[in-house]
Amino acid sequence: MSTKPIAEAHLQPDSFEWTADSKAFIDKVVAKYPAGRQASAVIPLLDLAQRQHDNWIPLKAMDAIAETLSMPRIRVMEVATFYTMFNLAPVGKWFLQACTTTPCWLRGSDDVMRCIKDKLGLSANYTSTADGQFTLLEVECLGVCANAPVVQVNDDVYEDLDYDLTAKLIDDLKAGKAPEVGSMSGRKGSMSKDGPTSLVSLKDSDGVPAWFAKKQASAGGDD
Amino acid sequence: MPKLTVDGVEVEVPPGSTVLQACEAAGAEVPRFCFHDRLSVAGNCRMCLVEMEKAPKPVASCAFPAGDGMVIHTKSEVARKAQKGTMEFLLINHPLDCPICDQGGECDLQDQAMGYGYHSTRYDENKRAVTDKYMGPLVKTIMTRCIHCTRCVRFSTEIAGVTDMGMLNRGEDAEITTYLEKALDSELSANVIDLCPVGALTSKPYAFVARPWELKKTETVDVMDAVGSNIRVDARGAEVLRVLPRLHEDVNEEWISDKTRYACDGLKRQRLDRPYVRRDGKLQPASWPEAFAAVAGAMKGLKGDQMAAIAGDTVDAEAMYSLKRLMGEFGSTNLDCRQDGAKIGGPRAGYLFNTTIAGIEDADAILLIGTNPRWEGSLVNARIRKRWMQGPVSIGLIGAPVDLTYDYEHLGAGPKTLSEIADGSHAFAKVLKAAKRPMLIVGMGALAREDGAAVLAAARRIADDSGMLIAAAKDDDGNEIAAWNGFNVLHTAASRVAGLDLGFVPGADGRDVAGIVEGASSGAVKLVYLLGADEVDSDFGDAFVVYQGHHGDNGAHGADVILPGAAYTEKDGLYVNTEGRVQMGVAATFPPGEAREDWKILRALSEAVGKTLPFTTLEDVRAAMRKDHPSFAAIDTIEAAAWGEFGVAGATDDAPFAYPVDNFYMTDPISRASKTMAECTEAFVLPKREAAATGTNG
Repeated sequence: MSTKPIAEAHLQPDSFEWTADSKAFIDKVVAKYPAGRQASAVIPLLDLAQRQHDNWIPLKAMDAIAETLSMPRIRVMEVATFYTMFNLAPVGKWFLQACTTTPCWLRGSDDVMRCIKDKLGLSANYTSTADGQFTLLEVECLGVCANAPVVQVNDDVYEDLDYDLTAKLIDDLKAGKAPEVGSMSGRKGSMSKDGPTSLVSLKDSDGVPAWFAKKQASAGGDD
Repeated sequence: MPKLTVDGVEVEVPPGSTVLQACEAAGAEVPRFCFHDRLSVAGNCRMCLVEMEKAPKPVASCAFPAGDGMVIHTKSEVARKAQKGTMEFLLINHPLDCPICDQGGECDLQDQAMGYGYHSTRYDENKRAVTDKYMGPLVKTIMTRCIHCTRCVRFSTEIAGVTDMGMLNRGEDAEITTYLEKALDSELSANVIDLCPVGALTSKPYAFVARPWELKKTETVDVMDAVGSNIRVDARGAEVLRVLPRLHEDVNEEWISDKTRYACDGLKRQRLDRPYVRRDGKLQPASWPEAFAAVAGAMKGLKGDQMAAIAGDTVDAEAMYSLKRLMGEFGSTNLDCRQDGAKIGGPRAGYLFNTTIAGIEDADAILLIGTNPRWEGSLVNARIRKRWMQGPVSIGLIGAPVDLTYDYEHLGAGPKTLSEIADGSHAFAKVLKAAKRPMLIVGMGALAREDGAAVLAAARRIADDSGMLIAAAKDDDGNEIAAWNGFNVLHTAASRVAGLDLGFVPGADGRDVAGIVEGASSGAVKLVYLLGADEVDSDFGDAFVVYQGHHGDNGAHGADVILPGAAYTEKDGLYVNTEGRVQMGVAATFPPGEAREDWKILRALSEAVGKTLPFTTLEDVRAAMRKDHPSFAAIDTIEAAAWGEFGVAGATDDAPFAYPVDNFYMTDPISRASKTMAECTEAFVLPKREAAATGTNG
C-alpha cells in the first residue's frame, strides 16, 4: 500500500455543489442519526460525493460535506483517506482494484497482476493509462476469497480470474462493455465448477438436488 | 468507591477512575505515551498494558475502568513482556537518530525504552520514512519519529479549540498532519511540542540550540499578559534560550501561550545596556554618575506638581514602589500605572478577576464585555473553553464578533447593549439572573475609554442585580455554599494590578496619563519619569523625559536620559496577576552590560538627588512594601476582596468597544523585538489584515 494521492491544485474544481438528487439523499441519510450525531453520515456522503463527481472526491466536496454535517474538514479528510474505497484524485473510467491478499495470491493473483502490466502497462498504485481509461490499485482482501483471485472494477467484482480471463476482462472493458458480474470462468456463485458436491443426499430421482433444480428454473434455465 | 489491589497494595479510588489512575494511587509506575491527564483517553499506544488477574490477556490500563476487587500486577512477567513487546513494536519504525534529535535528554520514548525496552532490535527490514509537514513558524516536524499517540491532535481539538490537526491514512501509512499542511493557527499551538512524547514535534526557533542538561533552569512567572503564567526559564550563560510552562492548577494548568514561550528571543535585541544622556539633541552614551547627575540637574528646583511618573506594563512591584516613594519625597502626586487610560481604581474588588481563573469552571453564565480573552489572556480563554466543553453554559459577548474557539451569543457592539442588560431590558439579563453562578468579565476595551468609569458602573450594576455576589452560607440541608464573586476585570498588563494595589495612581489633585501629557505640552509638567512605559503615544512637549527600562522602544526614543533596567528574566520581583495573586519572579540571568535591577537604579538615583530611600536590599524594599500594602504579604494566595463602590454612573458613548490587542504576537517591547513573534505576525496576523482590508475572506 502507499499513501493515497490527493489531486494537485490544478486538478481541483473551483466549486462543488450537491445535485438535487444528492440533497434529497442527504436529507434521508442524515435523518437516520440522532440530533448532534450527524457526523455519523460522513461515509455515505463521501460515497455520494464520489458518485456525483466522476468517481473521485475533490477538496471542495469534502468542504461541502464538512459544512453539511457541521464537522471539521480535517475529520472528513481523516475518514476519506482511511478507506481505500474513496479516491481523492481523478481515476480512469475503469478503476481496477486487484486483490493480492493471501487467498488470491495462492490462487494466482500474480498472473492477474502480470496480465494487467502486459495489457495496460500498469503496476504501481494509482497509476493510469495514457488514455485515462484505466487506473490500478492493489488492494487487500475484498472478501470474495472463495472465488479468488478477484479484481473489482468500479462497483463490480470479477472472480475466478487467471491470465487469459483477465485479458478478456480488459479487452471487454476497452471495448466499452463490462462483462457479466461474477465468475469469469462461468461457475455459479462459489459452487464447485462441476456442480454441487454437498447436500447431495437431498437429490431427487434425476440425481439433481431439488433446491438446485428449482434455482436453475427460476434463473431462466439458460445455463 | 472501588477497592483494588495493585502489586499487593490495596487502594481505594473514586468511582470512574481508570486502572492507570489506581496504579498511580498505589505508587506503581506505568509507562505511557498517548495517555495525558488533561486530554481525552485514546488508548492507542498500548504502552500501559498491565496484567489483571482473571483477564485472558493484558489490559490497557489507561482506558480500563477500575472495578471493585481487581487484582493488578504492573511488574509481573506477563505485564513486563507485554510492555517490552509494545516498545519493540514502537521502535520498529522509530529512527535511531537520538544524537541529532532535539528531544534527546527529555524524550519519553528514550526514557521508557531504557526502562521497558529490549537492549537491541530484532527487526531487519527497512524502516518507513514520512515526509515532514509544515505546521507554521513555531512547530518543527520530523514526522518519521512520530509514534501516532495523537496527543497533538487531541490537544488542538480539545484544549486549543482549533480543529486543524488530524491523522490521515491508516496502518503503516498513518500520518499526523494539519489540514492541507497549513500553519497551526492557535495562540496555544506550541504546547503540542511539550505534549509530543518523542521528537516528532519540536521547537523551530530552538532547533539545534542546546541540550537540556546544559541549561540552568529557573522557575519564575511570565509578564506577557496579566494571567501570570508560571514558567520555567532555561538559560545558558547570559542567554535565555527557551521558556517552558510550569504546572499551576489555578493559573495556567500546564499550558502557556505562544507569546509567553517565544517572545524570549526579544530579550537579546534592542537592549539598553548602558545609560544615555541627550547632548546636542542626540542620545549619547554616558556613565551612571553622568546620567544620575543629568536627572538630578533636571529635578533641581522643581516642585512636586511639576514632576510626573508613569509606570509601564511589565514592571515589577518593587520598582513601582520605589518610584512611588521617590516621587513622594518630592511631594508629587502625578503618578499613573494605567498607560492606556483605563478608568479603574478604588476598592480591590473593582479591578480584580474576583472569580479567579480556576473559578471559571464553576460558572454557568458568562458575559464578556469589551474583551477578546483569546488575545488578552489566552489561558483565561482556554479556561472558558474548558468550562464550555464540560457542559451547557451561556456565554454572551459585547464587542466586535471574534473567534473565541467556543460558541457564544453576540449581544451587541458597545455600551448601548451593556445599558440594556443593566436595566434588565435585554434577554441576556434574564439568563444571568437565572444562572446559579453567573460571572462577567470586563476588558480594557470597555474601560480604557472616555466613558470607562460609566461602563464600569454599569458592569457593577449588572453584577449586583444578577446575583453575582453570593456570600458563603449553608443551604437547608446544611451543605456549604461557597462564596462567589462574579465580577471580573481582565487586565492586559502584568504590572497593572500591582500598580493599583500600590496606589500608583494620581493622588489628590494629581494628574493621570492624559493629564501628564497635557501638562507636559502646556509646560506645567517639567519632568516625566517613564518606568518602562512604552505605550504612551506622546513626546511630552518640552518636559525633561527620563526613561528607565530595558528596550529601546517607544519610551526611550523621546527620552533625555536613559537608565538601562532589567527585563523580567533578569531580576527578582513580585508581580500580581489579574486575580490579585502575588507571584514571585526570579532572575534567570543577569541584565546585559551596565543595566541594573530597577529598584537598585531608583535607590541609587534617590541618593543622587538627595532624597535617599531607606532601603539597601531587595528584602528591605519588600518589607517596607508589605508594611504599606499588606496584600503583598502572602505569595500565591487569593484573598477575596471586599465589595465596594466603584465606577461612576453616567452617560455612555455609543461608540462600539475596541479591543486593546490588535496583534497578539506584539504587545510589549520584548515581543516587539522578537524575531519569532515577527514571523508569527507575518504568518498569522498580516494575511488576516489583508483579507479584511480587501474585503475577501481567506
